[in-house]
Amino acid sequence: MIPTVVVGSARDIVEECGVARFLFTDFPLGNPFGKPWDKEMQRSIMDMALALLQYAWQGRTTIQTPFKWSEDEKWRKIFMHISDNQLKEYKKLGDARRAEQAKVKII
Amino acid sequence: MIKRTPYRSFLSYIDLSREYYAAHGYSKPYAWISNQNVPFTKLEKPLTECRVALLTTADLEKPPGESKQERHLSRKTYAHPVDEAPEHFYTQDLQWDQESTHTDDNDSFMPLNRLMECAENGRIGSASPRFYGVMTDYSQGKTSKRSAPEILELCKEDGVDALILPAL
Repeated sequence: MIPTVVVGSARDIVEECGVARFLFTDFPLGNPFGKPWDKEMQRSIMDMALALLQYAWQGRTTIQTPFKWSEDEKWRKIFMHISDNQLKEYKKLGDARRAEQAKVKII
Repeated sequence: MIKRTPYRSFLSYIDLSREYYAAHGYSKPYAWISNQNVPFTKLEKPLTECRVALLTTADLEKPPGESKQERHLSRKTYAHPVDEAPEHFYTQDLQWDQESTHTDDNDSFMPLNRLMECAENGRIGSASPRFYGVMTDYSQGKTSKRSAPEILELCKEDGVDALILPAL
């Protein structure tokens, strides 16, 4: 077995699954290692991930980094949000996807 | 000023994805894995003597296939030399917040350069000469019984002592 550390932003999924070590940054999904082009933040997250590898002594150890994505934190309200007029559109997309999946299964 | 909210502050992706897929007409919600026992392996030697590696769910390039579903079927676990890392990993088929951010900077989700710096400044013994890739899979059995052992074998081939898993 090899020691591992998960670095990510979907806290509920990772903790529900249960992992040895988890470094959590409360960011939109996509940049678990810090903001794009922000080398200092990325270095800091790397340093915390390595520290967690070194110092954790039992499973399910979560550490949260101190970083904030933005002042308004608007991303939280947008991601996977479903407005009333999107409902119909999503249903259509779902139907199309199921049809395509059925096609792939046949092949 | 302290802001109070009736919900936890971080997003619940389990709740969000259940509602999102229900809106797409999927009646049976995805059942997330919930392990009672979580394996834990201690780091047996100092970091300064360890070889550390990175594992991503991103692809080296766009997999073959016209649709996302077809491309998904052609994905498999891989090991790839760090010095031949792609300029941009292919992430478009993965589920991340494509509205609020982007993945143009590899190091924001696959920090090969940041890990290399740690090897250069002596924080770790060395960075593995290869990094690894694994596909996101709805099948929990495939992930734990097939992909994970494959990745473990690749790590052993490279003498890896510890693995970092940045999750997109």
